[in-house]
Amino acid sequence: MVNRTPVIAIIGAGIAGLEAARQLSALGYKPILIEKAPVTGGHVAEWNRLFPDMSPAADLVQSLEAQTAKVRTMTSTEILSINRLKDGYSLVLSDGNILICQAVLFATGFHLFDASKKEEYGYGIYERVITNRDLEQWFNTRHDARIHNPKAMGFVHCVGSRDIKAGNTQCSKVCCITAIKQAIEIKEEFPDAEVYCFYMDLRLFGKKYEDFYIKAQRDHGIHFIRGRVSEVGEAIDGRVVVKAEDTLNGKPVKVTLDLLVLMAGIVCNPDAQHYAREIGVAVDDDGFLKSRDNVASITESSRPGVFFAGACTGAKTVPETLAEARSAALAIHQYLSKRG
Amino acid sequence: MIYQGKQKIWADYQKEIPDNHWFYVRSCIRQNFFPASEKYFLKICRDMLGRDIYESEHHTTCAGIAYHCDTIPQETAMTVVARQFALMTEAGYDNLVTSCITSFGNYTEILETWREFPELEARIREDLWKACRREFNKPKYVAHASDLMYKLRGEIAERAQFQLVHRATGEPLRIVEHIGCHYSKMFPHKGVGGAEYPCVLSGMAEAWGGQVIDYPERRHCCGFGFRQYFVKANRGYSLSNTHKKFESMEPYHPDMIITNCPGCPYFLDRWQYVISEMNGKTYGQNGYGIPALTYEELAGLVLGVDPWDLGLQVHQVAVEPLLDKIGIPYDPARKYLGMDEKKIMTPGLPTSLKCC
Amino acid sequence: MDFGFKLSPSSAVNLDTVDHARYDRLVRLEPDALTCIGCGSCSATCTAAPWSGMSVRKVILGLQRGRDDEVDAMLSRCMLCGKCTMVCPRGINTRHLILTLCRLNRKGEVVR
Repeated sequence: MVNRTPVIAIIGAGIAGLEAARQLSALGYKPILIEKAPVTGGHVAEWNRLFPDMSPAADLVQSLEAQTAKVRTMTSTEILSINRLKDGYSLVLSDGNILICQAVLFATGFHLFDASKKEEYGYGIYERVITNRDLEQWFNTRHDARIHNPKAMGFVHCVGSRDIKAGNTQCSKVCCITAIKQAIEIKEEFPDAEVYCFYMDLRLFGKKYEDFYIKAQRDHGIHFIRGRVSEVGEAIDGRVVVKAEDTLNGKPVKVTLDLLVLMAGIVCNPDAQHYAREIGVAVDDDGFLKSRDNVASITESSRPGVFFAGACTGAKTVPETLAEARSAALAIHQYLSKRG
Repeated sequence: MIYQGKQKIWADYQKEIPDNHWFYVRSCIRQNFFPASEKYFLKICRDMLGRDIYESEHHTTCAGIAYHCDTIPQETAMTVVARQFALMTEAGYDNLVTSCITSFGNYTEILETWREFPELEARIREDLWKACRREFNKPKYVAHASDLMYKLRGEIAERAQFQLVHRATGEPLRIVEHIGCHYSKMFPHKGVGGAEYPCVLSGMAEAWGGQVIDYPERRHCCGFGFRQYFVKANRGYSLSNTHKKFESMEPYHPDMIITNCPGCPYFLDRWQYVISEMNGKTYGQNGYGIPALTYEELAGLVLGVDPWDLGLQVHQVAVEPLLDKIGIPYDPARKYLGMDEKKIMTPGLPTSLKCC
Repeated sequence: MDFGFKLSPSSAVNLDTVDHARYDRLVRLEPDALTCIGCGSCSATCTAAPWSGMSVRKVILGLQRGRDDEVDAMLSRCMLCGKCTMVCPRGINTRHLILTLCRLNRKGEVVR
């Protein structure tokens, strides 16, 4: 008979935290979700539609929330400090409580790279420069004065990804397909707009991603230019002038656009790094939390009782995150079962 | 344009500029191009604003031109710079202020190189000792003269005789600011405002009543590029870069350009003549050019210095339309009088660029 | 006046002013041309390429960048052997594409 009373703290109630809580509840545990934001659902709750099936992000989040309705969920709650105990961990919470737990699951997710750090692209300075998140919010709200019947638009891949100067050498993995998804959605909205994607490499590894690429080319005539944008300036009419090199053609290109979307990359949540350091959990040189083994034990940390799920260990797609959350729940189950 | 966005970036790129006691090093070329600029930098800082700026007649070139032309190795430039530091140390100063942007870049690059490779600094100290028996302390602060002028912009505004405002309409003058490449493109944190949106000149222009315009090729180099200009076969590249900038700023109808580099104002001024001779195109109003001024000249005008004392008559582009706009009085008859009030030669007139 | 140096023409492609008419007509007639990913398989397998400079990849790209002179020079050197069609990973009938393109003038009108 397994001891079903241990306390499991799940840090973060995004899709990784919710899915892990759902699985752990199904296994008979009573996990506790701790969420800094006032609402659950994390980044996905801000997104509109998800590739590859274009299913509404809200459906996924609502379904996960419905299935975890009975899980104790503490929103607007920060973790002030986290400490190692003899056979567990103690979390000092911002509501004054101290939570003693036998297992901790980091479902802390990622931060979107701050696109204003790439100063040459002018995010926060030129009105017509927005990010992938801004565009996704527009798909949700249809409310953004900057997006008004654009005639020409551009997407800049790898903003803050694969960029040693921005301090992030890793590929953010989801931006190529997100850019193509968003470009198609924009073309469906504004069929007459010319849409340009500026890329270094197109990394379309996932199921049906290549179909998206072909659809973007054949059905929507989206222009793919292999070259990194060098700088963005503002024309006298407020549009943006974008410069890059077309590396396939070997010539510099220049184009004036009504809207430029920066595909801000995925970086580790700095809170996660902070908590990890407090309890001696290793942080990898890319800034993400370090798994015990990147092949066989991705969900396990270097410390007993500490587990990972989702983007805290690196950029992940939604299905990968959900699969990892389930895997982490099982790893926690096995760990607690062994302890008896 | 979201002005607050720029302010946010500017807040990240503020550098400490001591208020007083500077050792000044001049540029190799500015006294020929803009004869009164350095003189008025000293006059404004010393006589009008009461600052202590020390200058030694023993200082030389920083060797930046030769270094960037690949005619000497960096170690040679370092030894020359080490000697300037020795002069500064001997005079009892810690703060170095340079007139030239390339010097500023050269000093900064050398200090940064020594920080990364202390063994190189040790070798240069030895070389300097062998060469001229001098020793030196590194400066505590290195600033470009425009940094200092930026710091003093408020005091200048308080004493201003003229505002950078169109007298007839009350509208602020539309000003293009152009920063020398070696100011902050190498080390963004060493320049006020960083590399992409520097505020060292825009800060002065705004403090004195003007309005800065941001045009697509604002960041683009003036085209000097050392080996581009110095080799006649490459000189077309130099011209083409300036041309690109003028084509880009033209729709904004700028009233003037201000610069902080020795080369940029020279090229932005003289190439307007060459472009007008080559294809008949001029960029100012009514066939005139767009005056390109140094920040010292601009400060001098704002403070009420006579335009001819500031040496504005040696500009290719006529400054009179600008003076008229602001309402600065000048005597056309004195334009080409020398120091002793005797007439120096009057230049010939271009074919299509209108001059007074 | 001769200064001994001149304004250099810019090599940059200004997408705001490039005329796409011929490319637009081509992709209406040969929609598969849109799916080119510039992999270069066509040029690598081309028997004429090593001495003629022919490259289907560059032809498709050149049309989109307004480089019609280069495109026409390349087209005139094609032997129509069709080897490029055999290797295209996107299944573009490149031989047919070349024949179609040869019938279009620079305004995109069918002239032959």
